[in-house]
Amino acid sequence: MDGLKFVGKRIPKKDAPLKATGEAIYIQDLKVPGMLYGKILYSKYPHAKILKLDISKASALPGVKAVITGGDVPNNFKFGFLKDNPPLKSGKVLSTRDEIAAVAAVSQEIAEEAIDLIDVEYEELPGIFDPIEAMKEGAALVHEEFPSNVLKMPWKFVHGDVEAAKKESAFIAEDTFSTQWVTHCCLGTSGCVASFDVGNTLTMYSNTQIPSLAQGDFLEALKAFGLKNKRVRIIQTVIGGGFGSKLDTYAYEYIAILLALKTRRPVKIVFSREEEFLATSPRQPTITKISQGCDKDGKLTFREMAMVLDNGAYTSWGATTPSVMMVPISSLYKVPNIKYTAKCVYTNNTYSQAFRGYGNPQATFAIESCLDQLAEKAGIDPVEIRRINANESGEVTPQNFRITSCGMKDCIEEVVKRLDWKNKCKRGNGKGVGMASLIHVGGAARVYKSDGCGTIIKVDDNGKVDVITGASEIGQGSDTIIAQIVAEVLGIPMDDINVINNDTDVCPWDVGAHASRTTFVAGNSALGAAQKIKAQIMEIAAKNLGEPVDALDMQDGIIFSKNDKEKSIPLGKVLRKAHYSLGGRMLVAEHFYDPPNENFDQTFRGNLSVSYAYGAHGVEVEVDRETGQVKILNYIAAHDVGKAINPMLLEGQIYGGGLQGIGYALGERMIYDKGYLKNGNFLDYKMPTVRDVPPVQAVIVESDEQAGPFGAKGIGEPGLVPTAPAIANAIYDAVGVRIKDLPITPEKILRALKEKEGQKA
Amino acid sequence: MKKEINFTLNNEKVTVEADTQWTLLYVLREVLEMTGTKEGCGYGECGACTVVIDGQAVNSCLYPIMEVEGRNIITIEGLMTKSGELDPIQKAFVDEGAVQCGFCIPGMIMSAKALLDAKPKPTEDEIKESIEGNLCRCTGYVKIIDAIKSVAGGR
Repeated sequence: MDGLKFVGKRIPKKDAPLKATGEAIYIQDLKVPGMLYGKILYSKYPHAKILKLDISKASALPGVKAVITGGDVPNNFKFGFLKDNPPLKSGKVLSTRDEIAAVAAVSQEIAEEAIDLIDVEYEELPGIFDPIEAMKEGAALVHEEFPSNVLKMPWKFVHGDVEAAKKESAFIAEDTFSTQWVTHCCLGTSGCVASFDVGNTLTMYSNTQIPSLAQGDFLEALKAFGLKNKRVRIIQTVIGGGFGSKLDTYAYEYIAILLALKTRRPVKIVFSREEEFLATSPRQPTITKISQGCDKDGKLTFREMAMVLDNGAYTSWGATTPSVMMVPISSLYKVPNIKYTAKCVYTNNTYSQAFRGYGNPQATFAIESCLDQLAEKAGIDPVEIRRINANESGEVTPQNFRITSCGMKDCIEEVVKRLDWKNKCKRGNGKGVGMASLIHVGGAARVYKSDGCGTIIKVDDNGKVDVITGASEIGQGSDTIIAQIVAEVLGIPMDDINVINNDTDVCPWDVGAHASRTTFVAGNSALGAAQKIKAQIMEIAAKNLGEPVDALDMQDGIIFSKNDKEKSIPLGKVLRKAHYSLGGRMLVAEHFYDPPNENFDQTFRGNLSVSYAYGAHGVEVEVDRETGQVKILNYIAAHDVGKAINPMLLEGQIYGGGLQGIGYALGERMIYDKGYLKNGNFLDYKMPTVRDVPPVQAVIVESDEQAGPFGAKGIGEPGLVPTAPAIANAIYDAVGVRIKDLPITPEKILRALKEKEGQKA
Repeated sequence: MKKEINFTLNNEKVTVEADTQWTLLYVLREVLEMTGTKEGCGYGECGACTVVIDGQAVNSCLYPIMEVEGRNIITIEGLMTKSGELDPIQKAFVDEGAVQCGFCIPGMIMSAKALLDAKPKPTEDEIKESIEGNLCRCTGYVKIIDAIKSVAGGR
């Protein structure tokens, strides 16, 4: 695509100056007149009866305006995917993050003091912390109202005949892999301000990633609280990181609403860092049994996977991660026979939720680690087995995904070339290389009934353009991508475009910043709206210039005739002429784009996404046999992105995702010991620092996706999907030990090396 | 107990009636309502609250206000020129794509400022050392390093 002025260019992020000067207002920075400060009391035990809950001292503290407990939640209201989570718990607690009381006070300090004055007596109960134990016959029930600890969500996908394929396979590899809890570590913690006006319209200042869905959740809550037929307005402050953590509504938000209702004043709750670790929902831990086979030539014959997920004590949208795990399980490489089952199991642990990749990293860790095991059994180079089985455009996968653009092979070859694979593998000197590929949704994901996004464009009398989008900005750069698309279509400078994206009273509906969908869906929506407004502009300009519409073009905000460049008119003048005339008009256009993808049917088949994103990561590591330390010498992340609307921002997604993946692979872990979080702070939770950044190359492969805006596909999540298995495979190549349990710590490597030595001796 | 504290803040003399228990961060954000300096953890492990005191980058969340008497403090609000132009470090962060969610960025920039004021041409290792106490979850740090390098004329 030649002649593009804005699309494909390294244009700085629109809101970066605001953020680099400290002017951006995050939820932490927001003060509303009359605002009170809310604070939550959490359970002391992971499983206990509440024998006594005395709030009298807290209520009597000067400056305290309200203290609420489970009894103050009207109509037994519960939230969450299975409506199993009361915002304040009564009678019994099921995890150490259970909210049992909350305070609103005139200052943060008084609110904290009041929390300390709440007197609780518990009777501790034995808990269940291991999902395998919780699945056993006769295990104590986490929720007594349900018949089993296994959630009634039967995840099962079957294609072809796995048993027959097993018999016909020349080689089979099988093993068990497990993954840990990791948390988002958004630098800006979670928070909100809830405020009611005299008519009981609720305004929530929020850092949610799902304003339209959150609006629905809060409306439902208001109804339960006796406020029927009211309005909810969500205003997003600048959001200090998302990564999936704000993809659901949380107890603290309902608590803020209840406190605001009780006090008739705005109430702010912002998490401390300790609370952020304790009371936000991490990536779900998994235990995966996997078996894969191939024929004598290395062609995959089947893949069988059975997973157990620790759901924790309550159920969020995170319980649907198996639906996204199915994407790689059914469709990463060409596999004719598939069997997959997953069980989400209640325990007395923290409950899990969405985290960048949404189950895909857990599944891909097992698939890609096991694929190397299979390649070894078959005597085939790891690269070769991936080449043989790579996805291709035109393919229809077992889940009925229709593969349009597919740059998987190109990504693999980029890794091979840039890592110098041939010379770097099988050296046996403590250095090794490994790789892993990925598939992810790249053209939205129809999880809900609508997967759409709306855009409104209005042009003012001076030729300045407001783009009002449903797309949430969580740091990923949707503000800039959308502006680039509009600038390209209209032929106006980036600075003339203002993107409004944070107010449900103004912005059209959008399903949320998830599934790497924003560039694709919001981009297509903006593209459609820009084309509509351009048609209006050209129609008026044509009349003014006495030229046919077809003869006109616009550049730098000037409309001119392609036949006669002397005939031109600035955009602002066109608009003023349209506005200030008898029967005048304003220029506004709207466009709702809902992609032509499909919900899954009962058998989990359906074209979930309009297009699919591919990638391959390759890594060279050096393993110290004495200490077990892993050093990354070189990291290649090649991604098929369709078309890079903004290569600079796109590289930022790959670098950022990649380092999150490295953290997941090598160090990060929330340590829960019998329901208690042991490392809920930055010192003990080893999130990567600048010292952990390896030499890294982000390689952009463009496959020109026909359905994408200017050819683009999604890239928000893929950066961390194949990281852990690529590293695990490289470690195996370096020192011959395979670590199957994340994170791959030096201790695990040393233990494995010792075992290996023992076997030799 | 409150006490009067005098210091220089972004090249202006300031007097604050401060509780002796307060931190510098608390005074900046809650008393002076300068919210450019962020609180990411409150215990000195994330660097979001970094300011420059007498040329040194420090975590303002741990810094007792009583220690500030007579000192010279620069915060993120003090970098832009009076005519509204970005400081070269701020501009580099914008132009190099080093800003995503942005919550860590004021602290990052202040760490970079302390470094570059003391050492206009730092090595890559010195750049990393200067921001190793500043956590960022979005960027993978790559473009942050690039931005600081570009100010140092190292590109």
